[in-house]
Amino acid sequence: MAELSNQLMALTVLAYLAAMVCYAGEYAFGKRSHIGKAANRQLVGAGAPLEEIPEPPAKRSKGDLIGLIAVGLNILGLALHLGTTVTRGIAADRMPWGNMYEYILSTALIGSAVWVGVLIRKPAVRHLGLFASLTLVVLLGAAALVAYTPVGPLVPALESYWYVFHVSTIIISSGIFLVGVVPALTFLIKDGWDAGKRTFPFTLGRHIGDAGVLERLTFRLHAFAFPLFTFGALIAGPLWAEASWGRYWGWDPKEVWAFISWIVYAAYLHARATPSVKRTTATWIAIVGFVTMLMNLFGVNLFFEGLHSYANAG
Amino acid sequence: MTVVEDRPATAEAPRPKRPNRLWALLRNSWRQLTSMRTALVLLFLLAVAAVPGSIFPQRGVNRERVAEYFTNNPKLAPALDRFFAFDVYASPWFAAIYLLLFTSLVGCVLPRVREHARALTAVPPQAPKRMERLPHHESGIRRPEDPAAAAAEIAKTLRRNRWRTRARETPEGWTVSAEKGFLKETGNLFFHIAMLGVLIGVGFGHWYGWHANRLLVEGQDQGFCSALPQFDESVLGPRVEAGDLPVFCMRMTDFESTFQTTGQPKSFEASVDVSEEGGDYRQRRFTVNDPLRLDGATINLIGQGYAPVLRFTDRFGAQQTATVPFLPTDLMMTSEGVVQFPDVNVDPNGERDPKLQMGFEGVFLPTGGTDGSALSQFPAEDNPVLYLSAYRGDLGLDSGKPGSVYALNREKIADGDLQKISGERPYVLRPGEKWTLDDGTTLEFVGTQRFATLSIRHDPTKVSLLIGSIVGLIGLMLSLYVHRRRVWFRVLPALPADGEPAGGSVIESGGLPRTDYPGFGDEFAALTRQIQEGKR
Repeated sequence: MAELSNQLMALTVLAYLAAMVCYAGEYAFGKRSHIGKAANRQLVGAGAPLEEIPEPPAKRSKGDLIGLIAVGLNILGLALHLGTTVTRGIAADRMPWGNMYEYILSTALIGSAVWVGVLIRKPAVRHLGLFASLTLVVLLGAAALVAYTPVGPLVPALESYWYVFHVSTIIISSGIFLVGVVPALTFLIKDGWDAGKRTFPFTLGRHIGDAGVLERLTFRLHAFAFPLFTFGALIAGPLWAEASWGRYWGWDPKEVWAFISWIVYAAYLHARATPSVKRTTATWIAIVGFVTMLMNLFGVNLFFEGLHSYANAG
Repeated sequence: MTVVEDRPATAEAPRPKRPNRLWALLRNSWRQLTSMRTALVLLFLLAVAAVPGSIFPQRGVNRERVAEYFTNNPKLAPALDRFFAFDVYASPWFAAIYLLLFTSLVGCVLPRVREHARALTAVPPQAPKRMERLPHHESGIRRPEDPAAAAAEIAKTLRRNRWRTRARETPEGWTVSAEKGFLKETGNLFFHIAMLGVLIGVGFGHWYGWHANRLLVEGQDQGFCSALPQFDESVLGPRVEAGDLPVFCMRMTDFESTFQTTGQPKSFEASVDVSEEGGDYRQRRFTVNDPLRLDGATINLIGQGYAPVLRFTDRFGAQQTATVPFLPTDLMMTSEGVVQFPDVNVDPNGERDPKLQMGFEGVFLPTGGTDGSALSQFPAEDNPVLYLSAYRGDLGLDSGKPGSVYALNREKIADGDLQKISGERPYVLRPGEKWTLDDGTTLEFVGTQRFATLSIRHDPTKVSLLIGSIVGLIGLMLSLYVHRRRVWFRVLPALPADGEPAGGSVIESGGLPRTDYPGFGDEFAALTRQIQEGKR
């Protein structure tokens, strides 16, 4: 079963990678896609030469077709990803989040599922797929290369029902935060493009949809994940810590960085709710939050020694 | 220095009564402090200020690591220490940030509580004159009743949907105003007040709580009672005195551990006999995630290890037995420790010769390898081995200086007062074996006992903190997911029109979400449809 999980993992990464290539392909043909059409219409409105209006219909469907293939591959990747995680859990006979490898695997699974969910409900966000699949490939690649751990049972400190509550809520909320950075970044790029910036990162904004929609999506993902993270990190975590280590809060490096992430995301929500703060400023705070989450996910396990260092065990 | 030029006052404006300068300064600083911008800056400062606590070892978390840092960085460490780098979360600058933040929070929340209380008792405002300017608007809805009855019906429908509703008669007809979503602000205020409560609770917990550590070796004669000198380490809150500790005694009767074949621990369980308030001893068990909860103290199992039992027979035939915990240094429980016998080789007829004290230093391996390496192969006792070196001389225990009980006095060894009398390679002892030293004295490795490291803690506010955080979380969710919005309906008598009988009313509706609420359009449309169809 563990073997199967590892093979599925390789296939998962390949599927996401293929999806990424197709998303990139659609992006390249994007001028003829429905988003590109909208962009062209705007150009026409702005007095662009008339020659650009007639579009070769064959090529238009090409971009769309590649986009659909990308979505299909993405869903296939999600199914394989689910398979990887489930077989891993069966092989270990427990929830698949007992070490850093499994933790990233599960976090990325949630992120991927949320992404596909958003994609199905709002097909217009498909152009974010390149960024989403890139994030997934990088995360899973890092998990497989840096953090791979053979299947094993839990250390006794993890044998608690709080393990399920604490870790699952944090995995789900981290997954959503990690997805949330995709609309956040694309919003900033699009906003820069709309403001007339034509240098490199902003040129990517040419084919991106409405900035306001992206911004609202960013907020809704964060507003959904924040209470969940609050519960996982600041209620279930301390409850378990009290039972296991005798104190509910002890400034362990992981706790410190969870605290920092929480403060930063709280600052984002406050900034978002304050009319005098620009939406771009608020979104930058969300991106800082994402960086602190990455620090917590990788940095704390790799650089600091603390009570949460189950990652290195085994 | 900044030079601030006074702006020339406008000539026309009547000069206001000049406020007291100090008062103005205070008021402006207060406004500045309670502004959202300041709060955001303080939040960020708090996040940044927390970072060094994860980079530098903290005294409150791990004292030994701090000592280690001082040894490794003798120049840097004291300088860092001056900035409280090893006590970040107890430092004045960290406290300054969170106290300012919470003052700002109080300053922000108090006026909002007053404001919200007023809003809760206020009636929904009169409909705006030009409803078509509202973000959501519908007109030309017809109902068969006359305006008064239609307005009453609308108000009824709205009330049934839990809107705060007020119908008013106007010269032209009727208006119905309704508002919903006050829970957003209520939740928001609850969240912030709960945060304040949690901070105060943490403070009280620090003042009235205490904690201690104790290493407990298995055995009837190894128990301890809850008195400060019997703890290895203890920290009492500023408002706690030694006499306030609960009275209990405990001894460990059994310690069970199981391991994976890889050496990963699988389970630990301690069985103890506990007597509370001088009562009878009763058996209790506890494990890693299931602490022993006594009245006024929680006891957690935070570590474990082996304590070799060693019997020394001196030159005069006197025997002494010591059970000494060896501290584990790796996952396989390779454990280091020392055994000291300060009161041996004392001539029954003569004086005590401090040069004849005995000390042994070495490692204990629960499972020794075949290759003679000084690393354990497995954490359980499959092949226990003790590697020891013997020292004779002055152990330096009488100097009064506190020293580690897990290492011999290095100064005495350097000065030659304490000399190694065994060979270069440590002597190998298995349980039951005896080692005869050069002067005929013997050391017998009797066996081992298990030991457990216990954390004993009392935190009087933890339950209130839990309740506070749950209230805060509920408040947070309300403030994020509830939306405040208003709707208005203007009900006018329908004018006779082509093909339509006179009588009945024509209704115009408008909606205003007061926060960013993408679902409001659907809700407004559904509500309008409901009014139009007169559905119950």
